[in-house]
Amino acid sequence: MPIITDTGFAPDDAPDLIEADDLPETGERLTIMLPNDADPSALSPAFNRITLIVVPFPNAADGRGFSIAKRLRGLGYRGHLRAQGHLITDQYPFARQCGFDDVQIDSALAARMPEELWLRAKTRAIPPFLRRA
Amino acid sequence: MAKAFKPQIISANDLYVGDVVYMNSGGGWTRKLAEAAIAHDAGDAEKLLQRAVPQQGKVVGPYLADVALDDDGRPFPTHFREKFRTRGPSIRPDLGKQAIYPERHEPLAARGGI
Amino acid sequence: MYRYDEFDHDYVRSRVAEFRDQTQRRIDGALTEDEYKPLRLMNGLYLQLHAYMLRVAIPYGTLNSRQMRTLAMIAERWDEGYGHFTTRQNIQYNWTKLTDVGDILDALADVEMHAIQTSGNCIRNVTADHFAGAAADEIEDPRPTAELVRQWSTAHPEFAYLPRKFKVAVTGSPNDRAVTKAHDIGLRMLRNEAGEPGFEVIVGGGMGRTPMIGKVIRDFLPKDHLLPYLESILRVYNLHGRRDNKYKARIKILVHETGLEEMQAQVEAEFARQMREEGGPVVSPNPEHIAQIAAYFAPPDFAKLPAQSAKLTKAIATDPALAAWVENNTADHRASGYTIVTISMKGMGDAPGDATTAQMRVMADLGERYSHDELRISHEQNVILPHVKLDDLPEIHAALQKAGLAAANAGLITDIIACPGLDYCALATARSIPVAQDLSQRFAEPARAKAIGNFTIKISGCINACGHHHVGHVGILGLEKSGIESYQITLGGDHTETLAIGERAGPGMTAEEVGPAIERLVDAYLDVRDSDDERFIDTFRRLGADPFKAAIYPENNCAAA
Ligand code: HEM
Ligand code: SF4
Repeated sequence: MPIITDTGFAPDDAPDLIEADDLPETGERLTIMLPNDADPSALSPAFNRITLIVVPFPNAADGRGFSIAKRLRGLGYRGHLRAQGHLITDQYPFARQCGFDDVQIDSALAARMPEELWLRAKTRAIPPFLRRA
Repeated sequence: MAKAFKPQIISANDLYVGDVVYMNSGGGWTRKLAEAAIAHDAGDAEKLLQRAVPQQGKVVGPYLADVALDDDGRPFPTHFREKFRTRGPSIRPDLGKQAIYPERHEPLAARGGI
Repeated sequence: MYRYDEFDHDYVRSRVAEFRDQTQRRIDGALTEDEYKPLRLMNGLYLQLHAYMLRVAIPYGTLNSRQMRTLAMIAERWDEGYGHFTTRQNIQYNWTKLTDVGDILDALADVEMHAIQTSGNCIRNVTADHFAGAAADEIEDPRPTAELVRQWSTAHPEFAYLPRKFKVAVTGSPNDRAVTKAHDIGLRMLRNEAGEPGFEVIVGGGMGRTPMIGKVIRDFLPKDHLLPYLESILRVYNLHGRRDNKYKARIKILVHETGLEEMQAQVEAEFARQMREEGGPVVSPNPEHIAQIAAYFAPPDFAKLPAQSAKLTKAIATDPALAAWVENNTADHRASGYTIVTISMKGMGDAPGDATTAQMRVMADLGERYSHDELRISHEQNVILPHVKLDDLPEIHAALQKAGLAAANAGLITDIIACPGLDYCALATARSIPVAQDLSQRFAEPARAKAIGNFTIKISGCINACGHHHVGHVGILGLEKSGIESYQITLGGDHTETLAIGERAGPGMTAEEVGPAIERLVDAYLDVRDSDDERFIDTFRRLGADPFKAAIYPENNCAAA
């Protein structure tokens, strides 16, 4: 499952993910899977113990993950944030603008949407509203 | 009780122009309903559909549509929605297929249908 | 009028390039139809029964003559010489080719127009009162707000993949001409006791298969809080709106299932959180930019004119057609000696909302010459000249007569709204335009239409209700019943600030039966109204549906009690 960053494809760093529901009371440098129907604020007391939150995108039409990311960032989460699942290149800038650091897709999708398409997506114009802000 | 099978054809919209097309017996596409491949049983119909669905580079949304056959075995649409698709807007006879292929004005053959 | 700055220009151009690229990828096979479809829809491109249909936004219904001429040019060059003005202040071209759309979008960009977000599960073209900036009853021009919402919602990264489409309407008048209560969010401008400007925020209205009247979620929202508050509503909706069933995915269902109070609590909590964010909410635009937008909508320099025009009075005295047109198709303007003209796109037997290339050009010329270069599109599918001198009405009327656009029927029974229906629309279950044409011919006689007075008929070709049938005094819904087109009549709807959803009159009928049934209904109304001034909707409210049901279904007369 390749990871897509602003510089192109990167190999999967395959961390073990803990379901957000099973968040341990103690422990540092946690890596969490946060389903897109969960309440992100439940994680906020543990933000400083978390280094990675992965938010799944079950299909390209399901935009809940974008709001989860905005809310996590609004709540003060500063760790790594990853969108994982069925995203298409056109959604890459949206994911970045909502606060994701990178995107992870499966190999079949990556075969159909090669690296250069993702890099091209990154250069898309930023909506005027964000530029004026 | 199984319903009697109605003859079916494959209809879709052309990817580039967007107009109505039908699959012919060679697996290609035609704008003339008279040239459409006709499925006479459910197995045929499924085969036609399997042949149409992967042709994403040519058409959009292929599906099976019921037809009736006239005495010469030519297909005609049975549902009113399909009639409009084969002709064009009822309020603008100058536009759509009806303007290009006037023979489509032929009324639905009553015989051989349903 | 708003003018694009370099950011807008850049963005719209880059979206055209992006669309061309997406289309190329669809053709090359990098994108499947399932992936491409939402992308083309976000650029207003549908695939209909006979061709691709391109829906172009006319944000808050305002355009200038140059833009109208471009719309005409597109119809001529890439379509079949006409376009269809819709109830959502858009224009639809019914015959576009996939491979031409990039060029059409570039032609639109040349005149600061686009088709962005006119479709798809995103925040759609923002609509507003079509008399904005002109109406005598206006508290404040809603367009700077609508423009701000347009800018905020354009390519909003968080809200491009919502559970379902999302429609926002703004009005600055207590008389609601923007149907705010039938939108996902309706904003009504008002002032609080301290005289500060703000909004009443209405949420969860809509039509479709489950019509609902919007509910007030905030009775006073200070103007500066608008964007964070909208952002909060949208975030709650994006996270919690249903995605399991497309028919239950609109915010109206979320509000209904969650309950207004709980919904309000969630939105207010999100809003409070955003307002606490370091440095304030991220979506607050800078005040300079807001002031700049407002400046674009400053009223034109109106001449100082007497309230009456002697020239017009004289012309009317000898020209009954002009007199009838002035009576029906003009509305009170805020400036003395000016008026607002409604150009009816509902000539007898016309397809409601359709305008030919030639007609668009005539209207562009009139707007340029007589209306400070401004035109509007109304949700009633008419075209408005917002700032016209009373003195100029005779010339305008004469020009419209030549172009076949002088129908004197604004607000009358023949001013029918109709969606494209099965003549064009892939979702339709029945035709709507032929029904509208039949009715407009039946009531074509001006004296009869005048005697009937204000009467709205609205027709949709399927349950999606694009033709607003739920809120027509008389609504007509085209369905399919046992393989034929069948029409259901609803009674007592209202699209104004007293929004009401019509009730079903009885079983469906064939297309041929609709005209006679409506004629019997109208005759019954003329019989039972208590004065010539009592509108149908008022008589309906006084007497209920029974006398009208009895007229529609005479065979059931005894059962009606
Ligand atoms: C021709 C292609 C069109 C398609 C495929 C289409 C599709 C739809 C659908 C699916 C809905 C129901 C939404 C829901 O309940 O969730 C809807 C509602 C609506 N559409 Fe259309 N429509 C079309 C044309 C139009 C036109 C021509 C107009 C204006 C005349 C229009 C204006 C509206 C309005 C006002 C509503 C109801 C408000 C709402 O609940 O969203 N649409 N449309
Ligand atoms: S109401 Fe139905 S038929 Fe009419 S435009 Fe909307 S989707 Fe099409």
